[in-house]
Amino acid sequence: MSETTEKVRKTLARRYRAEKRFKAFGIGSIGIGLMALVLLFTDIIGKGHSAFFEYEVQLPITFDAEVLDVSDPRDEDELNYGNYQGVIRDALAERFPTVEGRQDTRALNQLVSTGAGYALRDMLREDPSLLGETRTLWLLADDDVDLFLKASEKQREDSRLNTKQQQWVAELEASGETRMVFNQSLFSYGDSREPEQAGILGAILGSLFTMIVTLVLSFPVGVAAAIYLEEFAPKNKFTDFIEVNINNLAAVPSIIFGLLGLAVIIGLFGLPRSVPLVGGIVLTLMTLPTIIISSRAAIKAVPPSIRQAAMGLGASKMQVVLHHVLPLALPGMLTGAIIGMAQALGETAPLLMIGMVAFIVDLPAGPLDAATVLPVQIYLWADSPEQSFEALASAAIMVLLAFLITMNTLAVVLRKRLERRW
Amino acid sequence: MNFKMKATLAGAAAALAMASVPGTAMARDTISIVGSSTVYPFATVVAERFGRTGNATPKIESTGSGGGMKLFCQGVGTQHPDITNASRRMKKSEFELCQSNGVKDITEVKVGYDGIVIANSVKGEHIDLSLRDIFLALAKDVPNPDGSEELVANPYKTWKDVNPALPNTEIEVLGPPPTSGTRDAFNELAIEGGCKTFPWLKAIKSEDKSKYKAICRSVREDGVYVEAGENDNLIVQKLEKNPAAYGVFGYSFLDQNRGVVQAANVDGVEPTFEAIGSGDYPVSRSLFFYVKKAHVGVVPGIEGYVKEFTSEKAWGDQGYLGEKGLIPLGDDLRKSMAKQARSLKSMTGEEL
Repeated sequence: MSETTEKVRKTLARRYRAEKRFKAFGIGSIGIGLMALVLLFTDIIGKGHSAFFEYEVQLPITFDAEVLDVSDPRDEDELNYGNYQGVIRDALAERFPTVEGRQDTRALNQLVSTGAGYALRDMLREDPSLLGETRTLWLLADDDVDLFLKASEKQREDSRLNTKQQQWVAELEASGETRMVFNQSLFSYGDSREPEQAGILGAILGSLFTMIVTLVLSFPVGVAAAIYLEEFAPKNKFTDFIEVNINNLAAVPSIIFGLLGLAVIIGLFGLPRSVPLVGGIVLTLMTLPTIIISSRAAIKAVPPSIRQAAMGLGASKMQVVLHHVLPLALPGMLTGAIIGMAQALGETAPLLMIGMVAFIVDLPAGPLDAATVLPVQIYLWADSPEQSFEALASAAIMVLLAFLITMNTLAVVLRKRLERRW
Repeated sequence: MNFKMKATLAGAAAALAMASVPGTAMARDTISIVGSSTVYPFATVVAERFGRTGNATPKIESTGSGGGMKLFCQGVGTQHPDITNASRRMKKSEFELCQSNGVKDITEVKVGYDGIVIANSVKGEHIDLSLRDIFLALAKDVPNPDGSEELVANPYKTWKDVNPALPNTEIEVLGPPPTSGTRDAFNELAIEGGCKTFPWLKAIKSEDKSKYKAICRSVREDGVYVEAGENDNLIVQKLEKNPAAYGVFGYSFLDQNRGVVQAANVDGVEPTFEAIGSGDYPVSRSLFFYVKKAHVGVVPGIEGYVKEFTSEKAWGDQGYLGEKGLIPLGDDLRKSMAKQARSLKSMTGEEL
């Protein structure tokens, strides 16, 4: 046996062990990552799934013109100031005739959501002939009733409802006068301070407008910058300086862009606070470096032979870039853009500075209407005192995650489909 | 070619979007409100109700009292907010800032009270604290336990050390960070309140005001007081998991989490709706909002919003704000305040 073989044999076992250890570390790291993910998902889904459903209470409602104080349901003003709570109060009093006293009546009236009154108004607006009629209707329950009905036997003891209210609700439940339905308001309304009426449509629209502004501004600018830097710019100290700065910009904390937006876009240009246009511009600044860097990488990956072939056939530099390099690099650029947008979608810090962390009920109709975005809505709900908002916040997180997963999947699919290998 | 056209189009669209926004302020038909995160849960409810009656729903930002004042006092014009909420009164310096920026006429509206409670999990022991106990348990420097008139770094480890009547558990209090208005109020009302019960400490106030503040409004930094962030829900969750810990937060959170946490009595008074409203509960503060009069008539609905906020069905004894945890003003004060608010009486600056 030679000396070398002897040496190798001695260390062989140790080297195998080292390899095994290394592999175990790798598997361990992935395990930790996966565990964190599983924990996150079980926590969020465990807390949030109940928010997709809500309880309703069945009551026979009489649209009494006198109680409502509405004589002509076609008159919008009269309709708006109608006493819908009064009709519900009467219906509840009829259902529980034994309830007496100011305190108890008040407690009884708290069982139905204040939003139910607005639902009655909308029904009356749709069908004015309802005035004077009686209909058995399913009305939205108050958030405390909702929590109580969703809670397990043991949790019910901690309910905010008092013992009488608990009895009434249990009675309704036993006689089948409560039912659980899909929480439609979650996807059809804006924010509300009543958990049972709060929705994320306003935040989704706000996110959508903000993302459109960001995409429209950042993609063309980012791609143009990348093409110039890769294909046209001379290599000198100045372009090196620009390159270093772009890379630095990608590492700047996003709150700084928010401060910039506040000082320049709102302060100097006088754009209004809280609007998706300003949010989009601020997020553009944040997304640009990501898009430029990934676009440059995509352009670099196009083999020089393609450029040379095009040049050889007499194409101008511009034609080479637009006809050959750009189409080939586009999938990579799109992937970068989508990942940049996904990042921007989850951003809250810069929006804090420009007033998008706000209570906004009305649905935004365009990028110049005050709006908030999904992650901000989650933050606002997580910070609200009412217990039901905890579930709502988790539900909103699930929606946001669904958007993010869709966008990232889209990026992967695009890359797989369109990418060319040489 | 195709891409070039698209790029041009996109560029043009972006340019158009930018150009369609005039450089100066735009007309606004939504009320813009900023300010305290303590008033936010109440103002939002009013805004929502107001919006449901056929008006545009006001937009409310939670910026903190100080941040709100700064924005509010920046000037007149629709790019600036119309109303700011505050969990303390406007400071003289803020009023002057407003004046110097042309915000001359401001209407002050006191809306109610908020109590700050010290609570623990219902699984823990219910305790009765005095302001002095709170000061001794949480201040950075306290009088020497041997009774001499000198300050030592807070030596107390358990509640029992502070006061033999209290349980023998380690002191652990979760509360808001210094940026919070709740913390300011807690320092001023609870810790300073306890500090003042030592005559020789109180005497420092007339000699050296800043030294007095440094002693009587400081919170210990040795890990006993844990800054739990601005999120009061988080504090409630942590209390639920750790029955030995106490938390400091606003009354509305206590009200919404009755089954989970219980509040300690302070100086023998339980923090109830009535006790805070009457001023018997010592750790309570007033809540305000301020209206910029120059915007009334320019931005539609401001008068209507003020009217909704100051209506009996909102801030009255049985009003919907009470259900959210706002503690109403006394009957007489409420009536005169409503009158003052609706007539938009300007502040003179003298009252501050």
